[in-house]
Amino acid sequence: MNTWILKFPERFVIHPGSAIDDAIRQFSRDNRGTLNAIKSVTIWMLNGIENLLTVIPWWVFILLVVYAGYKASQKWKTGLLYGVMLFLVGSFGLWKMMIETLSIIMVSVTLALALGFPLGVLVAANRRLEAIMRPVMDFMQTIPSFVYLIPGAMLFSVGKTPAVMATLIYAVVPMVRMTSHGIRHVDKEVVEAGIAFGSTRLQLLFNVQVPQALPTIMAGVNQTIMMAMGMVVTCALIGANGLGMEILVATNRTEMGRALMPGVSIVFIAIILDRLTQGSLRKNKGEDR
Amino acid sequence: MNQESVVNESEVTSPEIILSVRHLCKFYGINRLAARKMLQEGSGKSEILQETGVTVAIDDVSFDVEKGKIFTLIGPSGSGKSTVVRCINMLQCPTSGKILFEGSDVTKMNRHELHDLRRSKISMVFQGFGLMSHRDVLGNVTYGLEVRGVDKIERERKAMEMIELVGLNGWERKSTGDLSGGMKQRVGIARALCNDPDLLLMDEPFSALDPLSRRDMQFELLSIQKKLEKTIVFITHDINEAFKIGDTVGIMRDGRIEQLGTPENLALSPANDYIKEFLYGMDRTKILSVKHIMITPSCLIHDHADPHTAIREMNENNVSTAYVIGRAMEFIGVVTLNGALQARHDKLPSVLSVIMRGVPTVEQDVMIGDIISVASDTPFPLAVVDDRGRLSGIVSRAAILSNLS
Repeated sequence: MNTWILKFPERFVIHPGSAIDDAIRQFSRDNRGTLNAIKSVTIWMLNGIENLLTVIPWWVFILLVVYAGYKASQKWKTGLLYGVMLFLVGSFGLWKMMIETLSIIMVSVTLALALGFPLGVLVAANRRLEAIMRPVMDFMQTIPSFVYLIPGAMLFSVGKTPAVMATLIYAVVPMVRMTSHGIRHVDKEVVEAGIAFGSTRLQLLFNVQVPQALPTIMAGVNQTIMMAMGMVVTCALIGANGLGMEILVATNRTEMGRALMPGVSIVFIAIILDRLTQGSLRKNKGEDR
Repeated sequence: MNQESVVNESEVTSPEIILSVRHLCKFYGINRLAARKMLQEGSGKSEILQETGVTVAIDDVSFDVEKGKIFTLIGPSGSGKSTVVRCINMLQCPTSGKILFEGSDVTKMNRHELHDLRRSKISMVFQGFGLMSHRDVLGNVTYGLEVRGVDKIERERKAMEMIELVGLNGWERKSTGDLSGGMKQRVGIARALCNDPDLLLMDEPFSALDPLSRRDMQFELLSIQKKLEKTIVFITHDINEAFKIGDTVGIMRDGRIEQLGTPENLALSPANDYIKEFLYGMDRTKILSVKHIMITPSCLIHDHADPHTAIREMNENNVSTAYVIGRAMEFIGVVTLNGALQARHDKLPSVLSVIMRGVPTVEQDVMIGDIISVASDTPFPLAVVDDRGRLSGIVSRAAILSNLS
């Protein structure tokens, strides 16, 4: 009789889940045209980048990475190390999967930057928008990334498109944050100088604020890439091919050896991408000095 | 002397006022009406802040700036001087009051008029330099012309001229990070001058510099000003700097101008104890010149006067030195009491042969600080002469020393 004291009473339990499911399905039916357009654009971009990466011979690719590594760190040793890492990925038999994974990352990062940068600029300029966006972004970053997969799959069915969408939502946050943070914290007198010499708003933004905030914005780009890397394995759950899929298959079959190689490959790619973008960041700072 | 100053004034036909600020107020906070009411009832700043949450940054500030002159505002930090200067080019919007620049009210301008004003009429130099670190020196100096839409060749030509003016030629392709503080501010000044503005706002431009380069920059600014005859509003918290640079000085406290005047005026007749205290820290020898402390010599004799007259004059005036002048008031030298006594003893007809010639003289526009050593080496008051060698007064050692606070 008094069980409600000890147990959560049954009658207070609500089931909003099914209502949300229905709403998403309804939305999906109503906006089929738009969603299909988004899907075909995404697929087109994915194929374009994948084709480009496939057309480049493997050894040219490795040489490019070696050179980029040298440019970023000013040390040939580092560049060669990146080259060896990439060669190992190939010798694990994972080259093609790496290309697939890379194309997903590149498309979602490109979209995240294209969306995150203007949004960050707006957030920096508008206190009210910031007040709205801050909790939204906290929510986007804290919610388990798996949860993004489901609406993605519901709206775009399985494959690479929902993977790109889920990655985009997950990875856009640091870009918005760092862009607005960088612009907000440009030295006050430098901004005043920009205004005092008669800059219009756009001139101030592109001649003063963005270039001055560039190191911070580049850190945002770096974080966005890293977040996208983190989503790669998760996205295999909704059928995105690539290194993640290999790990997923191996996990299902409990084959440690088979899971390790793509796992290590992801680490290698993450290291290379991180160091290359950070290297360009340092170069920017170096020019300041 | 008086006659001369009258002539000078009539030559300068009534000075042209380029900027006039009238009843400028700036409050921060929501409840400004209540704050204004409390102000009119005579409440203090802290009281108003507590009661209404409104900060009174500027309270009824008015002043005029003459074309081609340097106007300095000085006051401790938080006295509102930086806010005043930021209102002039509308970096901050005043709560009330008028700012008439070349006849039009800056506070009523729309965005386009403001852009034009800032691009070609008023430019600014900042305390922290405000340089854009992603551009090199040339890129910084050309910035104003760039946003105005001047083409690249023209704006770089003009910028190079300015870079040369501030003595930075050879550095135009250097990153601003490679420069010392003084050089950075030279870039700031070149950038401000590049627009060829009618008015230059300088917000504590030399405060971030070390004392040595500060002195250099003050000198440089004065010589640039002399060359280009720019009108300048100069903010500082250093009283010596204000008095060195300013033609007119306004002393601010708590958002008000406490006293306005020429450096000499302020030094000689401070309006209240606050000003006096403020001036206490300042070196008066660098503001007051000889003409402010010289007195009329009490004992004057002609070069053909006989020794008896000379001795009688000195005895009557209780001094031991007589100043000898020629027919046209020209200063010849001095006769000491001993010299006159010697002449009487030798039964000479006049003091002519005992006059000490070649004694040091000073001119009346020399700063007191510059004559201390001369005065301490001379056993009698220094003779002050004008540009034609005529005696216009004397300066006693006591008068100099009493101003050495």
